[in-house]
Amino acid sequence: MNILHDERIDGKLPRVNRSVLLQELTAHLPGLHLLHKDEDLAPYECDGLSAYRTKPLLVVLPETVDQVQTIMKICHDFGAPVVARGAGTGLSGGALPIEQGVLLVLAKLNKILEINPEGRFARVQPGVRNLAISEASAPYGLYYAPDPSSQIACSIGGNVAENAGGVHCLKYGLTVHNLLKINIITVEGEFLTLGSDALDSAGFDLLALFTGSEGMLGIVVEVTVKLLPKPNVAKVLMASFDDIGKAGQAVGNIIAAGIIPGGLEMMDNLAIKAAEDFIHAGYPIDAQAILLCELDGVESDVEEDCQIVRSVLENSGATAIQMAKDEAERQRFWAGRKNAFPAVGRISPDYYCMDGTIPRRELSNVLTGIQTLSEEYGLAVANVFHAGDGNMHPLILFDANQPGELEKAEALGGKILELCVKVGGSITGEHGVGREKINQMCSQFNNDEIEVFHAVKAAFDPKTLLNPGKNIPTLHRCAEFGKMHIHNGELPFPELERF
Amino acid sequence: MTLAPSHTAHDSPYRPGDRPTTTSEALLLEQVHQAMAEKKPLSIQGGNTKSFLGRPVEAPVICTKSHSGIVSYDPTELVVTVRAGTLLSELETILDEKGQMLAFEPPHFGEQATVGGMVATGLAGPRRPWSGSVRDFVLGTKVITGQGKLLRFGGEVMKNVAGYDVSRLMVGSYGCLGLITEVSMKVLPKPKHQQHLSLKLPQRDALAYLEKWGQASLPLTAACFFNDTLYLRLEGGDSSVKTFANQLNGSEIDPNFWVSLKEQQLPFFKDSGLLWRCSVPSQSPVLDLPGEQILDWGGAQRWLKTSQSPEAIRTAVAKLGGHATSFTPGITTTPFHPLPNLLMRYHQRLKAKLDPSQLFNPGRMYSDY
Repeated sequence: MNILHDERIDGKLPRVNRSVLLQELTAHLPGLHLLHKDEDLAPYECDGLSAYRTKPLLVVLPETVDQVQTIMKICHDFGAPVVARGAGTGLSGGALPIEQGVLLVLAKLNKILEINPEGRFARVQPGVRNLAISEASAPYGLYYAPDPSSQIACSIGGNVAENAGGVHCLKYGLTVHNLLKINIITVEGEFLTLGSDALDSAGFDLLALFTGSEGMLGIVVEVTVKLLPKPNVAKVLMASFDDIGKAGQAVGNIIAAGIIPGGLEMMDNLAIKAAEDFIHAGYPIDAQAILLCELDGVESDVEEDCQIVRSVLENSGATAIQMAKDEAERQRFWAGRKNAFPAVGRISPDYYCMDGTIPRRELSNVLTGIQTLSEEYGLAVANVFHAGDGNMHPLILFDANQPGELEKAEALGGKILELCVKVGGSITGEHGVGREKINQMCSQFNNDEIEVFHAVKAAFDPKTLLNPGKNIPTLHRCAEFGKMHIHNGELPFPELERF
Repeated sequence: MTLAPSHTAHDSPYRPGDRPTTTSEALLLEQVHQAMAEKKPLSIQGGNTKSFLGRPVEAPVICTKSHSGIVSYDPTELVVTVRAGTLLSELETILDEKGQMLAFEPPHFGEQATVGGMVATGLAGPRRPWSGSVRDFVLGTKVITGQGKLLRFGGEVMKNVAGYDVSRLMVGSYGCLGLITEVSMKVLPKPKHQQHLSLKLPQRDALAYLEKWGQASLPLTAACFFNDTLYLRLEGGDSSVKTFANQLNGSEIDPNFWVSLKEQQLPFFKDSGLLWRCSVPSQSPVLDLPGEQILDWGGAQRWLKTSQSPEAIRTAVAKLGGHATSFTPGITTTPFHPLPNLLMRYHQRLKAKLDPSQLFNPGRMYSDY
């Protein structure tokens, strides 16, 4: 099944007359930055999931909220679909354009409107980069906690759309835990505020509903995020293991000891070697697994916890334990992990990054399952893992120039996600469904559940003009996907119960 | 009664629809189906401890209390899955035995308080500004929908961004979007050390201190002010708690103070008067309204006893960027802060889509849905 929008199963798209729409937009918004020539559209034909490309009908780059509002009103009148895009770093094709739709790029709405140290919040436009918020808050000893690996480039609007995570989620939460308020423009061009400057607001929690809704319910034009006081001190312990199962057990033991680390990351041997070769972080290349455990907070508490974690790691069978001796070494330990994806990119012509989550106790089973699948498909898999919160990032190594390898990688990826669902996990922890995992949604949710999602969508976007074809599959698609998965008259995982 | 297969047919070619897992769940589903057939609404009730909140619902009661018990609890996963009718006190005891807790300290308002009611009302206690609220800890729910289907959203994993976050939407929706039968939540280890202190000082100084402390990494997890006294709870490692306590030089107080505060057992709450909950930005000045006030959540939640009109209270609170909820039944027909027209329209649309026949708790939140 093609990943690009397939009108036969993803729903018909309206036919929009490009030149008339173009005229209308320029007439109402003479100053609007607008791209429509083929060569200008090319840079926008994909997001971070670059294997899939479609040229949009038009690209608009508004610089004010008023412009966004007018664009939405015009597109609504025209019945033109709108795909929102921030920095375009998303890994699931959530901002993949459609041929019949306008690509609404919010990157130029990039102003930090307010840093309020007394209220511990920052009010920013959606195109502001994640890291820029922490940088602007740093003079006040504050920061914005969620830190996706792409934080130097990704925009906060995209973070809201995807409910982005990072390496510090277990302790500090995802985007949804760190928002106070968003302003949105509805599909009809209305201005709506969700959440408030207080810790809660009256009515349904629409702020939670919108977070992670992948541009399907409205366009985010302003975000108020919570800021946290920067921990006084952060220490990182690196533990090596000769067996990945032992490393997984150690994670459970740390938590059983009553400690919630700021970050708790695991890498397998293939990922360790790739990262070490690239970053020279000082990783032990012969280890089967390493754990990076960061403890942060008040200095004396961190010292106390480091002692406890060290002894837990020793008792869990770590072959070596090393504490970053200074800030430079701590940064280096993290640099290896944060650059694991590009590092793997150096050892393989292409790689495909997955984003499944599992209950941690299933780690050994799932890794064994991935190994079996990897052999079956003849493609190597490197494993990087937000161990604390059960979010796996298996990286499938392949060569797109070899005929059929991309399809094989996709099929293997799909199998890995289905395995995650089977053990009680999810097909996506932080990258989102987008277009990439649209089929696997059918394995995580049944038709009735998917219909509820469509009902939610219909409450905000009855004509399905916002990001059509993403996030929630049509029942038609699930039926096709189901057929594809029935082998010898049997459903996959016939023993499957819901978790 | 048969538990399987349920009416939710195997309509997905790929995976089966959900079935009730217990007789009590099957009974709830059956009651919902019967109400649907008779075209009659239902008033959802757990332990009946929080029914004084919101607007009265004129409908037969569907009671979740018999659907109780812990479905699964793995302390090292930091996740517990509980049936809606489970007593909140029972859940807290079980977590306590493993050195864990519901970090948001939900108020019970009575011995019979259930987990379902906790989720439906979304109320949180003194630790809320530091730990997060109920919605921040809900990972998944099993819900009987307005279409009479038993469905699951979210799950038992910490991170899950597949589909819309229907589970968190359920939190604080007062049963208006569906009947919660089961909930999975993140739990946390209990703090290693605690100290409970009070300091005598005027409110202006208290607010200034709270603002300053909020910007520093300190082991503070509760802050409340009234009667010229600032009550503080320090939690964390032994030495950080001691260091901060020494710096504060306050008087030690009974740790149960925090329970009395969240359960509204302090004399302030027991004495007569019309009670309002005002949720405001924490740095807001003292509310410019006559009557008595307790400042909780480090300033972000103000309990107000006043005879002022709902309109006057709401105008004052909205000016600060907040909202006000009546905690005394019968004094207003809009106990929840009125919503702007456009926002109300989207609430109505959402309700109409998820509960098209107005089956669950019609009018509980607003007369509009």
